[in-house]
Amino acid sequence: MTVSTQRFIDPTPPRVALTGGRVLDPASGLDAPRDLFLAEGSVVAMLPQGQQPDGFTADQTIALSGQCVAPGLVDLCARLREPGFEYRATLESEMQAAVAGGVTRLVCPPDTDPPLDEPGLVEMLKHRARGLAQAHVHPLGALTIGLAGEQLTEMAELTEAGCIGFSQSLQPLVDTQVLFRAMQYASTFDFPVWLYARDPWLGAAGVAHGGPLAGRLGLPAIPVANETIRLLTLFELVRITGVRLHLCRLSSAAGIDLLRKAKAEGLPVTADVSVHHLHLIDLDIGDYDSNLRVDPPFRSQRDRSAIRAALLDGTLDAICSDHSPVDDDAKQLPFGEAEPGVIGLELLLPLVLKWADEEKLSMREALARVTQRPSDIMARDAGRLRVGGQADLFVFDPHAAWVVTNDTLKSQGRNTPYLGRELEGRVLATVVEGRLVFQKESLAVSVM
Amino acid sequence: MPRSIQLNQKGQLHHLLSTEGLPRAIVMQILDRAKDFLVADGQGGFEVKSQPLLAGKSIFNIFFENSTRTRTTFEIAAKRLSADIVNLNVNASSTAKGESLLDTIDNLAAMQADMFVVRHSQSGAPYLIARHINQVAPQIHIMNAGDGRHAHPTQALLDMFTIRHFKGDFTQIRVAIVGDVLHSRVARSGIHALTTLGVPEIRVIAPKTLLPSGLAEMGVQTYTDLVKGLQDVDVIMMLRLQNERMRGALLPSPQEYFKHYGLTEDKLRHAHPKAIVMHPGPMNRGVEIDSAVADGGQSVILSQVTFGIAVRMAVMDLLNQSGP
Repeated sequence: MTVSTQRFIDPTPPRVALTGGRVLDPASGLDAPRDLFLAEGSVVAMLPQGQQPDGFTADQTIALSGQCVAPGLVDLCARLREPGFEYRATLESEMQAAVAGGVTRLVCPPDTDPPLDEPGLVEMLKHRARGLAQAHVHPLGALTIGLAGEQLTEMAELTEAGCIGFSQSLQPLVDTQVLFRAMQYASTFDFPVWLYARDPWLGAAGVAHGGPLAGRLGLPAIPVANETIRLLTLFELVRITGVRLHLCRLSSAAGIDLLRKAKAEGLPVTADVSVHHLHLIDLDIGDYDSNLRVDPPFRSQRDRSAIRAALLDGTLDAICSDHSPVDDDAKQLPFGEAEPGVIGLELLLPLVLKWADEEKLSMREALARVTQRPSDIMARDAGRLRVGGQADLFVFDPHAAWVVTNDTLKSQGRNTPYLGRELEGRVLATVVEGRLVFQKESLAVSVM
Repeated sequence: MPRSIQLNQKGQLHHLLSTEGLPRAIVMQILDRAKDFLVADGQGGFEVKSQPLLAGKSIFNIFFENSTRTRTTFEIAAKRLSADIVNLNVNASSTAKGESLLDTIDNLAAMQADMFVVRHSQSGAPYLIARHINQVAPQIHIMNAGDGRHAHPTQALLDMFTIRHFKGDFTQIRVAIVGDVLHSRVARSGIHALTTLGVPEIRVIAPKTLLPSGLAEMGVQTYTDLVKGLQDVDVIMMLRLQNERMRGALLPSPQEYFKHYGLTEDKLRHAHPKAIVMHPGPMNRGVEIDSAVADGGQSVILSQVTFGIAVRMAVMDLLNQSGP
């Protein structure tokens, strides 16, 4: 079904009963059959099956037969491409993709055109997103004006407009003095900075991991030192400034080792990884598949193993989709000229479940990395299911297989190496603030 | 799955994109076929025979990166086979007008071509083109005439032809490749062809700034000292050093490069006395190679050029024989 905005005619969220589901809540450790009752946008009761809260009459009843119910996914990076790149994707298409993927809350980086460096732009984005009433959208503000790395943005104003942190996105801040000042200024107000670990020079012209594959295919290399050298700089600046640093998309075993030491030292640092880096490595580039062109690059098998281990031991905090829709014209190019990026919003759940399955990790444990943990990084009381909490959740069948095709994707982007491949784990319904914003046709919803 | 894009269902050569993954039997077939096109000229050299095997066929030279010399060798090969040849310098026309690579290919495919000879500055571009052509015009064969740093398969095949001609058995020789391996498609394609043909020892010799990662995985030994690397080798393949790389972050000056990596008669003496010296051209005399060596008795550089015509004819003939 398509989600229309007509729901808005009724300002009060409906009273919803979600019965017969298996409820997974990583934060509380719950994994048991429960019936959920939602009213006025909140969870009002969570009861063993068959019970009903006193005086609750449901406007909508979703009767499940053992399918899973979990807190809505919290995605630390999804590019919605507005403003500026509407030919790649629109807020409408990508917000639909988000809820179709079970994502109820997402962070969008400031690499739009113009970049999110003025409160007006952030307010407009928030306003447009609110109008669509799907997932909650949390923009990151640009750390410097135009992401140019010279002049600081009005971070306090941007925070008031709704930014949850500040980032250079993929534009490394070349001038270390400006980087230092930006981190110092952000720490004054305790604003977190979200940075990629990319040296602005080393391997800057590279397009693939600096390993045997790049050597063999004749692709300019991005060495691991591109990440590690920058990490050393960033950690030292955190020591000096005390700023809270969130590291975006770590990619290498050596980088993760540095992060582990920084955390052991007690630095206020968190980090995420793209879900694709849990599965893909440089060798998957094969014969120059430009859908494998990403920043940071897919690295070696050893790096992938280190990423997986670091998620298990908590060194890496969260998994994100790193959703980046790219139009065909920018992808149907020789590998080195193709625009980096893959889509991920609708692949996040199946790829997290695949990882959990391969690592023999419980679904509840796995979901923690895409719900509670990222929500903690955002300092939001979200990503959990509890009575009195916001009713942001989704229903999924972990074993339902589906083929990734043009027809099964809502995102305008088709840039994924999984196109044509079968994945397990299908989102059946998504609820944001108590409203059903997405549902599969197969899911029975009875309306009073 | 990777690389099989070069072969059709029956295992015949359908596109020539890389020497990597090219079956030994096909390499030998090309070398043997090339021999058919050569006749001794009575003065120790060879002439290339004309044979109208591709009469009525159209071959498009599509050069996204300019190279008069390489284009000419393909042109001559096509003419000796009586094919019609069309030369297109695409960088100067359509792409400047904003047309996309695949739009250009679609347009040219609609002009009833049988073969595309493609050169592009980006590694992997011929793969993109071949995948696309397989969808829209599967009867067209793609020949890679050099893509970025990746591959230059016809150069490698003519080099193999040259080595076989002068040395005979691939399994009894040591080969050294000297120079800018990092940026060289000739080196990569050469290494894959040499390993496919069973050469037991392949060395590359260069300063560390000109060596890519992953050479060990490709089955070669690296040397940074020219004299040590040349010790007892039977074949020396020199690489061209691009002008723009002679001064900068990779190398300080052509003079210093020549002093340490230029092939002189003195250095050559460390190789096997009957070693041959090869170069893909165009040479930078006094940078990577001394004139005395380039013009000396061990140089087979001009033979390479003649053999190159025959080898390209052989590839065109073979591609023409494979169905879609």
